[in-house]
Amino acid sequence: MSKREAAKKLIKLFGDMNIIGVFHSILVETSKYIIIILFAVYTWRCFTIFLGNNTERKEKIYKKQKRIMYIIHFICSLVLFLNSLDYKIIIYYFLQFAFLVIVGKVYPYVYKGMSKTVLSNMLMLLTIGFIMLERLGSDYIIKQMIFTASICFVSLLIPFLIEKFNYFDKFGWAYAIIGIVMLALVFVIGKEKYGARNWIIIGNFALQPSEFVKIIFVFFVAAIFAYSTKFADVVKVSIFAAVHVLILVAERDLGAALIFYITYIVILYVASRNIFYILAGFGAGSVAAVAAYYLFTHVQTRVIAWSDPWSHIDSAGYQVAHSLFAIGTGGWFGMGLGEGMPKAVPVVESDFIFSAICEELGAFFGLCLIFIEISCFIMFVNISLKMQRKFYKLIAVGLAIEYIFQVFLTIGGVTKFIPSTGVTLPLVSYGGSSIISTIVLFSIIQGMYVLNGVKEAEDVKEANSRKRKKTARGA
Amino acid sequence: MLKRQIAEKGKKLQEEHNSETLFSRIADKIKEISAIDSNMGKYGNVQIVMVTYAVVVVFLCMAGYLVYFMINDSSEVINNPYNKRRNILAERVVRGSIYSADGKTLAKTVTESDGTEKRVYPYNDIFCHVVGRMSNSMTGVEMSQCYPLLTSHSNPFKQLANTFRSEKNKGDNVYTTLNAGLQQVAYNALGNYKGAVVAIEPSTGKVLAMVSKPGYDPNTVSYEWDNLIENENSNSPLLNRATQGLYPPGSTFKIMVAMEYIMENPSSYKKYSYKCMGSDSFDGNVINCYGHESHGELDLDHSLAKSCNAAFADIGMSLDINSFKKLCSKFMFNKELPVKFEYNRSKFLLDNKSDIAECVQTMIGQGKTTITPLQNALITATIANKGEMMIPYVVDHTENETNDIVKTYQPISNGQIISKKTANIIGKFMESVALYGTGSSLNSFSYRVAGKTGSAEFDSEGNSHAWFIGYAPAKNPKIAISVIVESAGTGSQYAVPVAKEMFREYLGN
Repeated sequence: MSKREAAKKLIKLFGDMNIIGVFHSILVETSKYIIIILFAVYTWRCFTIFLGNNTERKEKIYKKQKRIMYIIHFICSLVLFLNSLDYKIIIYYFLQFAFLVIVGKVYPYVYKGMSKTVLSNMLMLLTIGFIMLERLGSDYIIKQMIFTASICFVSLLIPFLIEKFNYFDKFGWAYAIIGIVMLALVFVIGKEKYGARNWIIIGNFALQPSEFVKIIFVFFVAAIFAYSTKFADVVKVSIFAAVHVLILVAERDLGAALIFYITYIVILYVASRNIFYILAGFGAGSVAAVAAYYLFTHVQTRVIAWSDPWSHIDSAGYQVAHSLFAIGTGGWFGMGLGEGMPKAVPVVESDFIFSAICEELGAFFGLCLIFIEISCFIMFVNISLKMQRKFYKLIAVGLAIEYIFQVFLTIGGVTKFIPSTGVTLPLVSYGGSSIISTIVLFSIIQGMYVLNGVKEAEDVKEANSRKRKKTARGA
Repeated sequence: MLKRQIAEKGKKLQEEHNSETLFSRIADKIKEISAIDSNMGKYGNVQIVMVTYAVVVVFLCMAGYLVYFMINDSSEVINNPYNKRRNILAERVVRGSIYSADGKTLAKTVTESDGTEKRVYPYNDIFCHVVGRMSNSMTGVEMSQCYPLLTSHSNPFKQLANTFRSEKNKGDNVYTTLNAGLQQVAYNALGNYKGAVVAIEPSTGKVLAMVSKPGYDPNTVSYEWDNLIENENSNSPLLNRATQGLYPPGSTFKIMVAMEYIMENPSSYKKYSYKCMGSDSFDGNVINCYGHESHGELDLDHSLAKSCNAAFADIGMSLDINSFKKLCSKFMFNKELPVKFEYNRSKFLLDNKSDIAECVQTMIGQGKTTITPLQNALITATIANKGEMMIPYVVDHTENETNDIVKTYQPISNGQIISKKTANIIGKFMESVALYGTGSSLNSFSYRVAGKTGSAEFDSEGNSHAWFIGYAPAKNPKIAISVIVESAGTGSQYAVPVAKEMFREYLGN
């Protein structure tokens, strides 16, 4: 039902009371400004939280953040409902609300001493995803909710696993083999979708192995480099990392290839503390990029679509051009939820969801989203800085880079800042593999942080008791 | 003594004890540090912070880029026929009006009592190509300004109030550079002929008039669409001849030839002389003058004034074709014009490999060279503007409903195409044309006119399109005109009178 039809039906329902119609239009029109203001406040708090180290204050901010999230969720759902009068939206609303409340309560209980600000950001991004997918079509939202809820449930095991099995760093090469086999499997039984051969179809589900190998890959590199960054080892690991990347390039999954590559360089740099590796890595990367440009037509297509989408608007540039139309027409404050034409952009629900967000909720909202992602990354980095074990530290850095670089690729791609590479916006975009791997990624970082916190506390206790013994002996 | 010894010993002991604790403290510290290092607690933190800085910088650049896009590029970008969102905007905004430079309404939206909207074009078919249409695929200003017309820059509070009352906002109005009076005169002067007229202000590139005949009535275009399409094969009423019609340039092209000759022979061009016998043969290719008239002894000035074909074939034979091709491409032959309306590229196809027949034909404006009236107006305006080419444009500015200016389009220079000196020389030659040459009927004005006629033959029976290009006043050009009258006859007889009426309308007697 269109917005206008919905409004008419409402007026009919309440007789000749024109006030309902007026109320409806006021709500729909003002809601977009309210949402933006609330979201801006949320974003602001994401950064003020870094000032000071008072746990009480952090707890307070976390509560405020959650409240804002609930309000935005409520307003958006209400607008979606009033614009469509679709009762399913009410059901979705309550299910999602229950999900948010439960995760918000259970997670801090299981992950004792977790970073609650990271949790609230995760839930905020999921909320935006729910709202946008609900708006784009109910097929997406049901699947997405099922995936999200189940993986959140499964992820409750992660801190337990991390605590019980502290020899995750012993399987270095095994990770590499598993990763390469999983990626190569796509060659054998893979299917092509959206121009990339990176899907495995099992029954009704389309899996994207690269999303899972992403995490295993970080474990592989971190496990080796935590113990040795001798030149010989670096060469060996580099060869295996290159195999990962090359398989992905051959599958035309350029986004994933870039993510693996950047993640590898960063972990190597942090592990070796050697600036030479970054320079060499980027040098080799540039050569490889140029070579790829001349070797593969699909790389050329992406670059052409980026450099001049307007001359190729019927073919290669179609998606990027329409994404820019969506963002530009939406303007700073957006067309309002449900009032734009986001579906004019192909695969808007996954790779191009950022343009739908900008079109309907406004470019200002999009900017805030960018800043929330930055704040999320800084929180990850903070966690990695606090890690005591080198293996965990490298994993935290690797996962943080993986996450933020994917955000960069997708937002940069839809805004024509860089060529589009076809990756999802983590937690927001539609896609089972993506949502599963991202929530696992968040959970692993949280789990390590929890473990680190426990260790730290134990260390402090031990040190204290040693001191006490010493003083006792001294006396 | 003993006391002192005891005191000294005590002091020493104290010192020893102190140093011991100091040592042990340092040792403790070192142990602690090494313990941390073995734990790698802070190992690589500096590198992590560096990476973080890099990431934050990249993200700030991306955010900055988005802001830049929203402020600078977005309004241009969304104004694209591929953007399908205009219907959504049209639901919220009443499409703005289009006005001529002198404030006449060229297009407006009228809301009927039942809420339906209708686009009204008060001048019917007079502006149909340049202003364009809304239905049956947008064209003209309606297309190029589609999103500005559908965007409201009214007072934001008023806009908000309107939305609350479920009333539409008023879109911005577009003011064109077109002069309604001049357009009407040109339209009438063309009479029942097919043809086109373009008038440009040389110093800015503002398009003052743009007529193409036959046209169609944009008010009723959707009802007549099938007829128009059927008619397209014979009369092409939908084609904007002024910018899309490709014609042989005929003798108007001699201006380009003369220009190249002057540039190749800057000191000796005055000494050029040719004895015209009414026809001449170049490597077996016979070139006839119009009506086999023999013009006698001619210098360059008179060759142009009399439009002597044989002389120009002779001049053309001496030219460096590569250099001539370069000059033509500087004048935007074979090139994309940076304009906001539909057009076709004019073509200059001569090169070193062309045979002599093609070469001499090209020099008198026949051959494979084809040109749009717009292109010819651009050449004329460039000469009038002392060699500096201004990009033609049709939209002057946009205003909101309370007449506050939203955006003004500034003249854009395409650079100095030929030197001032060359432009002056050619200008003087063109004055001769209008003074005592083929355009001498223009010498009755109180100001001087510069121009060139042309009769472009398009079949073997000698039927020709009538051309005229020119500008006035010669001293301080205010208007450059290009006229083509299809299948009419000679330029002096059919195209010059159209230009004459336009000069009179725009500049007076």
